[in-house]
Amino acid sequence: MQQRLARGEEAALGELYDRYASLVHGLAHRVTDDDDAADQITREVFGYVWENPDAYEPRDGSLRSWIAALTQRHAVHRLRQYENRGRTNPDLLEARVREANTAARADFIVTSMPAPLRAALELAYRERLDYRAAAADLGVSEDEARRRLRLGLQLLSTAMEPDDPSGAPGERHPERGAR
Amino acid sequence: MNGPVHGDEDGSLSAGRGGDGGTNGPADHRRNGPGGGRRPHIPAQREQHGSSDDLPPVPGAGAGSSAGSAAGAAEAAPVRLDPPEPPTPPDPLRRIDPGASSAVTSDRVPPYDHGTLKSLLGAWALAACSRDETLAVEVHLTDCAGCADEALRLRDAVGLLHHEESLDLDPLLRARVLEGCLGRRPARIPVPEWAGPYDAEAARLDALLRDLGDGYWTAPVRLQWFDGAPVSREFTVGQVIAHLIAVDGLVGRALGLPQQSIEPPAEDATDRLGLAPMRPVRLGETTEEVELPRTPVARTAAHWAVHRHLPGATLRLLWREQSHRLVRTVAFAGEGVAGLPVDYGDFELAFHDAFVDRAFECWTHATDIAEAVDYPYEKPALGHMRQIVGLAADKLPGALAARRRAGLTTSASRLVAAGSPGRSLLLEIEGDGGGEWWLPLDSPGAMASPDHQVAHVAMDSVEFCQLTAGHVVPERAAAGKNGDRAAIRDVLYAAASLSRL
Repeated sequence: MQQRLARGEEAALGELYDRYASLVHGLAHRVTDDDDAADQITREVFGYVWENPDAYEPRDGSLRSWIAALTQRHAVHRLRQYENRGRTNPDLLEARVREANTAARADFIVTSMPAPLRAALELAYRERLDYRAAAADLGVSEDEARRRLRLGLQLLSTAMEPDDPSGAPGERHPERGAR
Repeated sequence: MNGPVHGDEDGSLSAGRGGDGGTNGPADHRRNGPGGGRRPHIPAQREQHGSSDDLPPVPGAGAGSSAGSAAGAAEAAPVRLDPPEPPTPPDPLRRIDPGASSAVTSDRVPPYDHGTLKSLLGAWALAACSRDETLAVEVHLTDCAGCADEALRLRDAVGLLHHEESLDLDPLLRARVLEGCLGRRPARIPVPEWAGPYDAEAARLDALLRDLGDGYWTAPVRLQWFDGAPVSREFTVGQVIAHLIAVDGLVGRALGLPQQSIEPPAEDATDRLGLAPMRPVRLGETTEEVELPRTPVARTAAHWAVHRHLPGATLRLLWREQSHRLVRTVAFAGEGVAGLPVDYGDFELAFHDAFVDRAFECWTHATDIAEAVDYPYEKPALGHMRQIVGLAADKLPGALAARRRAGLTTSASRLVAAGSPGRSLLLEIEGDGGGEWWLPLDSPGAMASPDHQVAHVAMDSVEFCQLTAGHVVPERAAAGKNGDRAAIRDVLYAAASLSRL
């Protein structure tokens, strides 16, 4: 994808949008709680990626997590602008930023966890199947379904421990990333 | 069962405060969760059809029930927290475990051992256990600090699951974002203008399918088209997508893309969920042995036969991957292929028309699906409407001639040499993408002109599209009509005849 963007393929830009727009918009919205701001941040983030495809370094993590971190930076930046204009109070802002960071870590964990765990969580959470039905759907034993659900949530729960360095390898905190 | 009581002061799960012999374990649990940051959060109980008569009421099991009714809960303001997911009405699609109906009371908790209970914690946090198990886990949590601690963490983790993505993206945002990007850095390999509508419509349909989720693949969708007379048949959402895969595949075939291999569904459920990367399309080997039919209808039937067992999520991925690939490939092929033909078995379209036609079909079927599930769905962007309407209008003289040859027209015609002026109809399309078209009535090769106008038809662009999609019967099309009635009728029927499955 990175090469295709670098080559200037318009089709790659469309695919990039189709793959990540809801992530970018969702993260931006969570931080800013504002539709227009989220739209604007979405434009900025894709504009940046399209103009600077080489800024992504695959060794540091997935394209998705890079884009998520980029979005966080843009969104937090936007939020601090609001703060400077006195449109929000600092405590609220920090709480939002923290919450957004946790959410970004959670997103990273969910998308990078082993597919069998993610599949089990999807079935139980999104499809609302109980674990027996999930086991049948996945073609695994009930024990295994329980194990996957528990392990998946255990992994996910590490997102809530911001100081745990093992929490999200490759993920960068916007504060740190912004330096 | 009545194990040690764990301290309340740490703000984590406190247990058995009532100390009443464990007869109301679940209620104990509900009463807890003092003001500390993390509180126990009881997942919504699953529906257990057919067994409720045997069961005592489980406190807090129903959405509206109050923990205040739990025995012995008087001393503390009961902390009832919202379930991890918004309460939903009982879902008939949810599979119910028929085996979980044995009568259970809180003092007859089934004998689960610690290991089993621990293994259930994830399922418990997700509200994915049977009622018995939920009860057993919650009783256990009052006794076991380790499990209680983990249960809290896992339940909080569930709260992070829903934060994944924004579901309600404005479909017009895509065009604005892409336009903004291309303004900052022009594409070196642009998507041809005539492929733009297809790119955008595929993205819109994909967004609709994502919004719908996986509960709708078997929902009935009524498709309508015109085959001499109006046809209306019911299919499923999944079949509609398979139909799009089939006919889009003809464009791919013409572009030299490897034909999608048709394989029986994989047994691996990870694949079936569409979560694993798709198997690469097999190169070469399939084209010879399983060349699919080329007419859209026969090809669709072939796809339905083979894709019958594929889950909708996989169909969606197959379709979307193919549509992305079409756009990408045609961008590389560039304007050079614009006029080359795409073979549809019994007719041909040039690439630039075929892509607009596919955009039209994508929009049409997206609207069919949206109507079936009562979702709003907008028309395409202005510039794209213009291309779609223009294509249909341009095809009208040919369609009229075909109907005339088949003896299906009623208006009188005259032999007119190609290039000479003949009787003409002014088609005036209003609204997005509208315009004026002078249609030659005697032969597609004749020259239409105001001097030989015999009729005038005025329609809204969306109505015109509905007509050419076969969704409106020609006689009922909302159109302003003036002049030769037979000629008007023939043109409206010719418009309807542009539709197909």
